[in-house]
Amino acid sequence: MFFDEMTGHGAAGEVRESYRALSRWLADSPPDLLEARSKQAEFYFRRMGITFAVYGQVNASERLIPFDIVPRILSASEWLLLEAGLVQRVAALNLFLKDIYGAQECIRAGIIPADIVLTNPHFRPEMTGRRPPQDIWVHIAGVDLVRTDEDAFYVLEDNARTPSGVSYMLENREMMMRLFPDLFSEYPVRPVENYTDMLLHSLKTSAPDSASRDPCVVVLTPGPFNSAYYEHSFLADKLGVELVEGSDLYVDDALVYMRTTEGPRRVDVIYRRVDDDFLDPLTFNPDSALGVPGLMLAYQAGNVTLANAVGTGVADDKAVYTYMPEIIRFFTGEDPILHNVPTWRCREPDALKEVLSRLDEVVVKEVGGSGGYGMLVGPAATKDEIETFRKKLIADPAAFIAQPTLQLSTAPTFCGSQLSGRHVDLRPFVLTGPQGVQVAPGGLTRVALKEGSLVVNSSQGGGTKDTWVLDV
Amino acid sequence: MLSRTADSLYWVGRYVERADFLARILESTLRLSSVPSRDGEVAAAWRTALNSAGVSAAYDESGRDVTELSVRDFLAFSPDNPSSICSCINRARTNARSGRTALTVELWEAINGAWNALEEQGQPTRRDEFSEFLGWVKSVTLLVEGSASRSMMRNAAYWFLRLGGALERADNTARLLDAKYHLLLPEGEPVGGQLDYFQWTTLLRQVSALTAYRWVYRDSVKPWLVADLLVLNRQMPRSLASCQASIVEYLERLAADYGRRGPAQRLASARLGKLEEASMEVIFQSGLHEYIEDFLDENARLSQAVIDQYLT
Repeated sequence: MFFDEMTGHGAAGEVRESYRALSRWLADSPPDLLEARSKQAEFYFRRMGITFAVYGQVNASERLIPFDIVPRILSASEWLLLEAGLVQRVAALNLFLKDIYGAQECIRAGIIPADIVLTNPHFRPEMTGRRPPQDIWVHIAGVDLVRTDEDAFYVLEDNARTPSGVSYMLENREMMMRLFPDLFSEYPVRPVENYTDMLLHSLKTSAPDSASRDPCVVVLTPGPFNSAYYEHSFLADKLGVELVEGSDLYVDDALVYMRTTEGPRRVDVIYRRVDDDFLDPLTFNPDSALGVPGLMLAYQAGNVTLANAVGTGVADDKAVYTYMPEIIRFFTGEDPILHNVPTWRCREPDALKEVLSRLDEVVVKEVGGSGGYGMLVGPAATKDEIETFRKKLIADPAAFIAQPTLQLSTAPTFCGSQLSGRHVDLRPFVLTGPQGVQVAPGGLTRVALKEGSLVVNSSQGGGTKDTWVLDV
Repeated sequence: MLSRTADSLYWVGRYVERADFLARILESTLRLSSVPSRDGEVAAAWRTALNSAGVSAAYDESGRDVTELSVRDFLAFSPDNPSSICSCINRARTNARSGRTALTVELWEAINGAWNALEEQGQPTRRDEFSEFLGWVKSVTLLVEGSASRSMMRNAAYWFLRLGGALERADNTARLLDAKYHLLLPEGEPVGGQLDYFQWTTLLRQVSALTAYRWVYRDSVKPWLVADLLVLNRQMPRSLASCQASIVEYLERLAADYGRRGPAQRLASARLGKLEEASMEVIFQSGLHEYIEDFLDENARLSQAVIDQYLT
């Protein structure tokens, strides 16, 4: 039996304390009210243009991510634990990145095998011996968590490159306050709307020392055809900074400028939503039309801050993930507060044998994959799919990790005309500036809308919920 | 602001104005073609609509015959016509999306809402339903106009949006006059009968000025007064002189915000000066047609100057 966020283990009539008022409210609301509110939400989202693009689908060029109107609630004590764990983990990620592009002590101490770091496709030799402004690597992290029981939260993966979804955290809250104002008088929900102020502050304070007293910050987007363009424009708008494309920027004498109606203007901090490969055609992918020629030169000269730094993809990697408990111990001297999902590294022969013997029970993931693509969910797969995957796995074991199929918690979700439990995860957003690490009190709860499905990715039919962190 | 963002706003202004203009041309042509007339005159009216929209050549290349349904489709819905009403709304929305951060929520929702509603509007062929569609288009431009005017700061973003609209409007009025210049004769020339009268009132309707005409001149519809209203009258917001005055105003506001005038400002004020000194007698003497051609050329030069100075 799955752990349910509202009813726990489902003992007769049990409702967990943080959900009591909501449960009462749901029971008192006529079903057509929920349905009407649900439709209203969709109408608002569409009118505001809160859409995302799905690659490879010609006609569905803009779609809505389904929004579920039943909030996911975390109590103050649950959050206290998560917050401490996230701060610890992201602090360790920053120290780890600083180390692998610097002294490489963690490799020499045998914490992580050298090849996993140095031959990693996301490792950027260009950054070796470099220190980004203010020594910050991961300014913005999104850490994916799942829950399997009352006290059991696990980290599923770390997103240390360009984590997305924060606009949904903010817009979902706006929507809930609009649709259900009365519910907010029953719950002391911690506000998330100051996230963009926190973000602006940490971006500005991460500026190079040579920047002006009020540093010029921009958001760099690949453009309107990118799947997350709405989020990019949303963030630029809330931060009150320009949303630039590569062609709006140029580099002169190792300084970055943007083309404005009043002539060139110096840029100090770039919150970039463009992957490393596409940042600078002179250094990385020469075919990229998205980037800014010479940007790496300006970056290496310390004249501009990139958030996140170049080369953080190593910390995003699923093979590196398996070493996170050791990495946290090594760099912070503390035991990890948040646990990893127990993981088999298929590169290790014993682990591979184990995984091959139970492919129908486990989840196998590509170490460099994301978005829920290229993975095998054993219990849901057909015999043929399992056999095809077996061959891939044997051919290149080091490209895969495997995890037991987790019993992800469910949360009440409005499905068509009634409430029903659906599996959820949680992505909180963690900001790092010179003053330290902060977590926005909330996050993005993703929900697998298909009954029984464990895949919450929006590209594969997942939806989102507002996430409430309670103050008391 | 970013040159690219300014460019997006400028084009939002242009496309919205163009959509509105097309709706007016279609409305008045629909009206003209429902008046009893001789053979060939209906086709001529739809040909004039194509000319006024500036898409005659593109239409002929598409291999279509000049029939009411086909012209209506081309001007209102056709994705093959980059200046059809639907294409204009699409492009206005694409530009708005790309300059999203410079738009207020109200303005963005007005444009995005129109884009969302396009599908629902469908492509009606029945005349009454088609008229309703045109009415909807006009209400969209009113909503966009109102949202911009009520919610935007009076800063560069606003002036670029307005500048695009004003340049487009000047172009449209000039093309409208160009399609009908042979009907607009100086005082004293012999004029045709009932049909010409319909043509003049149609022209006035296209710029929503029939009532205005009566208030300004307190006279029956005379071709030289129609020309005066559309070229020189400063009370008439779509006249060439009014459009030019707006262009100058927006460019000067930009120059004031930026503390610098440039070639675009100099070109625009020089033209306004000439328009202020002009009289219809002189214009008729040297040829209305030539005058309008010159105006269109200068408008193109001015647009280019704006692009060079601000948008690249």
